[in-house]
Amino acid sequence: MTKVVGTRLKRKEDPKLITGHGSFADDIQLPGMLHAAVLRSPHAHAVIKKINVEEALKVPGVVAIYTGKDLEGKIGPVPTSWYVPDCDLKEAPQYPLAIDRVRYVGDGVALVIAEGRYAVKDAMYLIDVEYETLSPAVGQKESLKDNAPLVHDDIENNLAFHWKAGTVPEEVCEKAEASVKQSFYVQRVAPSPIETRAAIGRYNPGTGELTLWCTSQNPHIHRMVLSEVLDITEAKLRVISPDMGGGFGGKIGVYPDEALVGFAARDLCRPVKWIEERSEHFTAANFGRDEVIDVEIYGQKDGTITALRVTNTHNVGAYLSTMGPGVSTIDFGLMITGIYKIPYASCETFGVYTNTTPTDAYRGAGKPESTYQIERAIDLFAKEIGMDPVEIRRINMAQKEDFPFTNAQGLVYDSGDYEKPLTKALEMVDYQKFREEQKELRKRGKLVGIGFSTYVELCGFGPSKVAGGIGFQGGIWENATVRVHPRGSVTVYCGTSPHGQGHATTFGQIVSEKLGIPMDDIELVFSDTKSVSMGWGTYGSRSVAVGGSSVAIAADRVIDKAKKIAAHELEVSVEEIVFEEGIFSVKGSPSLQRTFKEIAKSANMAWNLPEGIEPSLEASSYFDPENFVYPFGTHIAVVEVDKETGQIELKRYVAVDDVGRVINPLTAEGQVHGGLAQGIGQALWEGIVYSKDGQNLTGTFMDYAMPKARFFPKFETAFTETLSPVNPIGAKGVGETGTTASTPAIMNAVMDALEPYGIKDIEMPLTPEKVWRAISESEGK
Amino acid sequence: MGNEKVNVTVKINGNEKRAEVEPRTLLAHFIRDNLGLTGTHIGCDTSQCGACTVLVDGQAVKSCTLLTVQADGSEITTVEGLGQVGNLHPMQQSFWEKHGLQCGYCTPGVMMAAVGLLQQNPNPSDEEIREGLEGVICRCTGYQFIVDAVKHAAQLMRETEAEVQLVGEERL
Amino acid sequence: MIPSKFDYVRVNSIDEAIQQLQQLNGEGKLIAGGHSLVPLLKFRLTEPGALIDISRIAELKEVRKEGNRIVVGALNTHFQVANNQIVKEHIPVLAETVRQIGDIQVRNRGTIGGNIAHADPAADLPAAAHVLDAKIMIQGEDGAETMDMESFVIGPLITMLPENSVLTAISFTIPPSHTKSAYLKFSHPASGYPVIGVAVVAGVDENNMIDYAKVAITGVGDVAYRATAVEEKLLGQELSETVIKEASQYAAEDGEIANDLFSSEEYRRNLCKVYTERALKAVLF
Repeated sequence: MTKVVGTRLKRKEDPKLITGHGSFADDIQLPGMLHAAVLRSPHAHAVIKKINVEEALKVPGVVAIYTGKDLEGKIGPVPTSWYVPDCDLKEAPQYPLAIDRVRYVGDGVALVIAEGRYAVKDAMYLIDVEYETLSPAVGQKESLKDNAPLVHDDIENNLAFHWKAGTVPEEVCEKAEASVKQSFYVQRVAPSPIETRAAIGRYNPGTGELTLWCTSQNPHIHRMVLSEVLDITEAKLRVISPDMGGGFGGKIGVYPDEALVGFAARDLCRPVKWIEERSEHFTAANFGRDEVIDVEIYGQKDGTITALRVTNTHNVGAYLSTMGPGVSTIDFGLMITGIYKIPYASCETFGVYTNTTPTDAYRGAGKPESTYQIERAIDLFAKEIGMDPVEIRRINMAQKEDFPFTNAQGLVYDSGDYEKPLTKALEMVDYQKFREEQKELRKRGKLVGIGFSTYVELCGFGPSKVAGGIGFQGGIWENATVRVHPRGSVTVYCGTSPHGQGHATTFGQIVSEKLGIPMDDIELVFSDTKSVSMGWGTYGSRSVAVGGSSVAIAADRVIDKAKKIAAHELEVSVEEIVFEEGIFSVKGSPSLQRTFKEIAKSANMAWNLPEGIEPSLEASSYFDPENFVYPFGTHIAVVEVDKETGQIELKRYVAVDDVGRVINPLTAEGQVHGGLAQGIGQALWEGIVYSKDGQNLTGTFMDYAMPKARFFPKFETAFTETLSPVNPIGAKGVGETGTTASTPAIMNAVMDALEPYGIKDIEMPLTPEKVWRAISESEGK
Repeated sequence: MGNEKVNVTVKINGNEKRAEVEPRTLLAHFIRDNLGLTGTHIGCDTSQCGACTVLVDGQAVKSCTLLTVQADGSEITTVEGLGQVGNLHPMQQSFWEKHGLQCGYCTPGVMMAAVGLLQQNPNPSDEEIREGLEGVICRCTGYQFIVDAVKHAAQLMRETEAEVQLVGEERL
Repeated sequence: MIPSKFDYVRVNSIDEAIQQLQQLNGEGKLIAGGHSLVPLLKFRLTEPGALIDISRIAELKEVRKEGNRIVVGALNTHFQVANNQIVKEHIPVLAETVRQIGDIQVRNRGTIGGNIAHADPAADLPAAAHVLDAKIMIQGEDGAETMDMESFVIGPLITMLPENSVLTAISFTIPPSHTKSAYLKFSHPASGYPVIGVAVVAGVDENNMIDYAKVAITGVGDVAYRATAVEEKLLGQELSETVIKEASQYAAEDGEIANDLFSSEEYRRNLCKVYTERALKAVLF
């Protein structure tokens, strides 16, 4: 069999992207197209007293200005898509433009439509809004208090949801020989795709069809939700995700702005384009994380962990985003014990409304946070009982023979061999040697440290019946159609919606290997609800495990049918047909054969088909996996801290990941690298900071530290391959490993470096000042 | 004030273009909207991300921080002028081969910045490449394969140059 | 981000620039590289009626040696300054400083005159300007005048550049030949501006006594400053680690150190000491 899967192929996507022929949203020009701008609230919390658009309407080229009141009754609220059950979830309606009250800086107040991208801004700046400001609720802990300002008058204590899972009997804690309590803040960060959000609407009054190009990681979810918001049937609403400049979770959400563009295009019967500005993105696009996590970990002096109690207080922002409620509950709370066999665990999550921009999924969504708390807590526990961080992990982690392994919260991990990547990573970093060197360096006053993260994550969403059980408003199966054309080339239609991951290449490799045809003969179609029958999009490291599997199954079905045709033509039984490298041949008589191309032609011409076989060569699959997949691995960071300034130098970073079957090692490594940069960014540099009055003080790339090339050493990466039994490919998902694993590895390394000072924790991001302060305070003691 | 348009002439990717623009027109918008060359992207408001980087008179500059009127009379090269499918510039070839891009949005700017870097330093070390890419932000790749790509491109370009020289000498 | 409307005129001489400034009566703003101005325009933090483009005035592009000083025309880009032979030979600390401004793209376009005239408190260049006793050369309605850094920059983004005048050049002292220099910077991870930048020009005589010491610090407060207290503690002392360490304790004395989101006043005071000590060691050892 030709080996295509598992090879480092160059990407099919790249030629257009490296020559400037991509087609991103802002590249789309339609005849008669208007531009849109959204005037946003400068206040975190205020009553809208009056909006005066008179001056703005005088700007040449202005076509229309809509306020929230103008749209009342014409456009519905944008709902969340995750009604987590049994948590008393209270959803406040989010109207695409605020009607009488703004609830965060960035809340839409007016929509301006004009000829040209310059005129629309000129007009926007001339709209005069009179506000009466109100006290804002900002931090989640404060906003839960009785006297806190209410974001929504009818939602008491700003409590959006209160979720619990698992119990820890009191006597288990009492019997513990050691315990550690620690509060962590996994701070708010900005997903920050380099392309901001965008939407373009075009309405055909003749057909009643509305086409919406928008920066969506899941166009079919957008279609489903927006058809309700805009009151248009799904059959008349076409959503297309053009080439997209990254997403990272920030483009999962169905946003008010997209609904507004669709509305305006239909209302004005002209195409409308909205391109978000970066500064706007920092107020109006969903952020990630923002969870205060209080952990209690209990165990014995021999290193056995016996119980884990976790409370997560999650700042959900002013409204519930598309995936928001699921992040700190299902995604986080069921994974709190990580790779460890901890017998008892409990999680209690408070979702809190605040007068800030909503938070949603961000690369990893809940799993980076759960990994952070357990990997930090286990290190603190090891320190408490004087044990090596590697040893305590080995004592508690699930062993190869434990699989399928059921964690304390009842999730069944598909497959795993945690020792394998751990051993490999320790070899790569040469752990013993490092510890010896560290001793010497410490004597010379140098602060070097090593940090571990032995993680597992919950990926590959499906299965759909579980989605129903956890309140997710979608199925999470995947669809693929493999269509073979008369002359033998193939088009594959897929329900996932790539935006940088390279599915055209990896899915192409799956098809190429299955059908034995060259990559160049395979075209992939994604991201258009009119071409692709259905799909649930790209997030949660699900694309290869679920979408790729669907492709593989559809390709197998094509082969099955083709075999029947070949058997008919070669006048043998189907059982006698062997298919290898694109050739159908007869067992024992290899000269009797048909090529894939010949069968493609036969099937499409249909001149001589076997009885009961319909014309054409095409097959579809709707794959719904029986379980999630659980990638795992070991990451190790080595850092040096400058004790005079608190600056941290990342000296080495070793990542050994087990993501099941690797389709293309080149793109898989790329996924790991990108995730690492983001996860390390969370630990060291990135962080959205709000002032007490709810202003984002980090609202540009001048203030919000996006990692740059010079921040990193060369990453040292490797894979081990433990196949997943829950899909035909054996893949587990690679997209989120980097962000999930790296943040605690960095923190643990810095805390190890600071061990001589007895410093146990510093809040992220580890700015030099915070580290310097911790050292100074410890020296002052 | 501010309603008078200004005539500009630029040579873009070898073609001379004349236009009448508002003085406030950013070069990035002129390239994209007026000239229809949409390979040059915009990623931030503050001149940090470098997605809009083009060559003006051979030097890498951020076209979102330049008014079109400032570039009047200049020669501009965008990613479309760097090389085409079938005739790729070594930088494009290397980004493809080394997987220096994922979503591809920052890529044109990163490649133009890297071309600018190699003009100033034709044989940079990994560290010099990382420093030299200070003016671009990529959110996808973690930069490692970008560094590999730039290094590879530098090598290809040095080899090509050597070849050109050799051919030249032979002709002598 | 779209600037508000303005008119545009390109001038070919300093006189023409001054005439335009006069005619526009306060509504005109000069633009050279535009790398300080265009970002402000885009955010509509400044909305001039007209821009006067001085970027093609040939007489503002010279670099020349005049006696014991180097005169750098205002229109030289950071890249040009960093690679200028005269600069590299006589005032290498200027080259070393501008090489660390922003990034390649910014250095290709931003000009030394624009940078000084913008008076950004977080700029790198003022540190080098201070240790090289920079004189700001100005051409105005009433002829030419010269100001030193202290009197020119009086606050964040505020200068004493007279109305209707053009910053034409900056002149720098050539330090004695036995001195060495350095610019040491801690970049803000997002903006790339210095959280602190320390420029040092210093030297010792044949008896290892410190006989020349200029230290300037930028990025830590509203304006860059000469750390004269440090210089005084160094001058006349025999070079030693202790002398440097002790002198560096005074690095924050002459500045007004400010807080911001990234670093507090207290932390910056610490950085002043640490970076001054490190810069001095780099130069003197």
